[in-house]
Amino acid sequence: MSEYRDPELVEKCLEALQKTVTRRWTIMEVCGGQTHSLVKNGLLNLMPPEINMVHGPGCPVCVTPLHLIDKAVWLAEEKGVILCSFGDMLRVPGSERSLLESKASGADVRILYSPLEAVKIAQDNPDREVVFFAVGFETTAPANALSVLHAHRAGVKNYSILASHVLVPPAIEAVMNDENSVIEGFLAAGHVCTIMGISEYYPLVERYKVPVVVTGFEPVDLLQGILMTVQQLEKGEHRLENQYTRVVPPEGNPEAQKVIHQVFETTDREWRGIGVIPMSGYAVRPEFAAYDATLKFEMPETKAEESTECIAGLVLKGQKKPHECPQFGKKCTPQFPLGAPMVSSEGACAAYYHFSQAMEMV
Amino acid sequence: MQLQCPMPQLDFDKIMLGHGSGGVLTHKLLESGIFELFKNDLLDERHDGAIFSLPAGTRTAFSTDSYVVSPVFFPGGNIGELAINGTVNDLAMCGANAQYLSLGLILEEGLPMQAFWDILVAIKFAAQKAGVQIVTGDTKVVERGKGDQIFINTSGVGTVHPKAQIGFRQVEAGDKILISGMVATHGVAIMSVREGLEFETTLESDTCNLNHTVMQLLDAFGEKIHLLRDPTRGGVATTLNEIARDTRLGIDLWQKNIPVSEAVAGACELLGLDPLYVANEGIFMAFVAADVADACLEQLRSLEYGAQAAIIGEVVEAHPRQVVLTSKIGGKRVVNMLIGEQLPRIC
Repeated sequence: MSEYRDPELVEKCLEALQKTVTRRWTIMEVCGGQTHSLVKNGLLNLMPPEINMVHGPGCPVCVTPLHLIDKAVWLAEEKGVILCSFGDMLRVPGSERSLLESKASGADVRILYSPLEAVKIAQDNPDREVVFFAVGFETTAPANALSVLHAHRAGVKNYSILASHVLVPPAIEAVMNDENSVIEGFLAAGHVCTIMGISEYYPLVERYKVPVVVTGFEPVDLLQGILMTVQQLEKGEHRLENQYTRVVPPEGNPEAQKVIHQVFETTDREWRGIGVIPMSGYAVRPEFAAYDATLKFEMPETKAEESTECIAGLVLKGQKKPHECPQFGKKCTPQFPLGAPMVSSEGACAAYYHFSQAMEMV
Repeated sequence: MQLQCPMPQLDFDKIMLGHGSGGVLTHKLLESGIFELFKNDLLDERHDGAIFSLPAGTRTAFSTDSYVVSPVFFPGGNIGELAINGTVNDLAMCGANAQYLSLGLILEEGLPMQAFWDILVAIKFAAQKAGVQIVTGDTKVVERGKGDQIFINTSGVGTVHPKAQIGFRQVEAGDKILISGMVATHGVAIMSVREGLEFETTLESDTCNLNHTVMQLLDAFGEKIHLLRDPTRGGVATTLNEIARDTRLGIDLWQKNIPVSEAVAGACELLGLDPLYVANEGIFMAFVAADVADACLEQLRSLEYGAQAAIIGEVVEAHPRQVVLTSKIGGKRVVNMLIGEQLPRIC
């Protein structure tokens, strides 16, 4: 791993990038993990100024719709379930409060690293309902699907998932279909492709005539991915390339895909800040309805109002940079976020909150 | 280090509400347990408080801290030694050598007597190691469910080293920042137990008393040491931000110099944590005048708990009130204070 953080290699990549680039290019890295790494390693201010990186919708926490967070809060507070979630999700504000605030006022909210732990909790607490808040891209879908299969096989009846899975290719489509889009190339998310393979991206490359490079997360990975994209752009080409071959086989992980398709089916999904994107998410298949929290519990239809001051949608589509928002760093900070991209460490606004301060300083 | 004292014969195998009532049970617990274990002249008076004089003409430091760690027993120690080392180290950061401590125990009904005893023994040996006496104390018992097994408060007084001139007002641009050991060790050790994670190597807390090391540094470098801080809660990043804010100076931090053990770095990666924000116990940072920084580092490396010491940054005039990290690959970013608690991320 450390070779992908090697300062000399980074230096070489930067030189190559400098030699290759002749004009301004706008490239979107889709995944929030990549955004985080670009910022954390200070790469954005090391690259030639012609490279304009914009930050994509690939932060699962950021795009989880408000009403779903409200539902999770409702389950924890009103239904008294043991609500399990990945840590990131806890701080995201719902329309009234976040899960972290629910936890503070006594709800049983637990941070887990794997949904399989939630099944174990359900087995240990047979008299309680346990719900796992299953958010994430294709990357976390296999584990969440597996938890349902596991519960099913073990005859665990008090376990269900509140699923909000989203998919990368339809998101790229939505970004490109937007008439205001200025994006000329994409870094696709390496981890997602580890599961799904790369074939889903060929049609996108053809339809939108944009280079897509499957890219990893370390500094050298990112710079290589950006270099490969720029090389294509400079030559006027558009191809699908794989920078992350050490981890991503072309076919992905067929076993994991099988598990996903066994439990989930593709469905229209609402993305916070963007709206409904057709066939962009996973829902639990009817044969596993007993494990679908939205069916298991009769949830009140809540009308969740987004903050009118938050421009998360434009940020997630790469049309505005976080610091172009009038509330950025003023009314909206990681401590008191108006919208989700300011919350998660992978959200572009939170990442920029740190970085823009560095910019002022330089 | 496994240190043992035989547990006295007590009538119950767990803590009962009666142990805090002030009646017979309390007396038995104190007489055959606590007083015997911590025996010293001041405590033996069995008064409501300890009466003592401090050497004339010396400055005195006074500090207090409460300990609520969960789990109570963790790899590398337990809440007992944490409670001693924590307050001893807070005093050391004032340039003072801890002399007398108070010990406040809040026990939850049902705490196994053996666990309680093990914690007391850890307290005894930690105090002995640090050269500090427990001279007064208090024990309360709360109903089951009203506490988390055991909470401890310790307060302490110590005499300030005659050469010490420590405070954020002494910090000036050009000062070098020394760290005495590996960062994030304690926090990751606790987290790994709490989250039920197992790693190939056992991660142990580095809790220890820093007073002897700090006193030796002060002997040698006196007023050249401008500030001492132990980066406990919020980690190195939060502590440095506090200092940048208070001094209105900037701090440059060099990632390649920050010592992190491989096991801890790996665990942080897995958990999605930044080692700079993880709590520490057994390390301290020293802001020292640039002209003695190298000599100070060399001495620190020869002292107890200082073998891994490093110079991790410096104080600058530029970017006042901000901490700026130069990453291993040469990029720069601002390091902010920790917001809320560090939460593991998703993918």
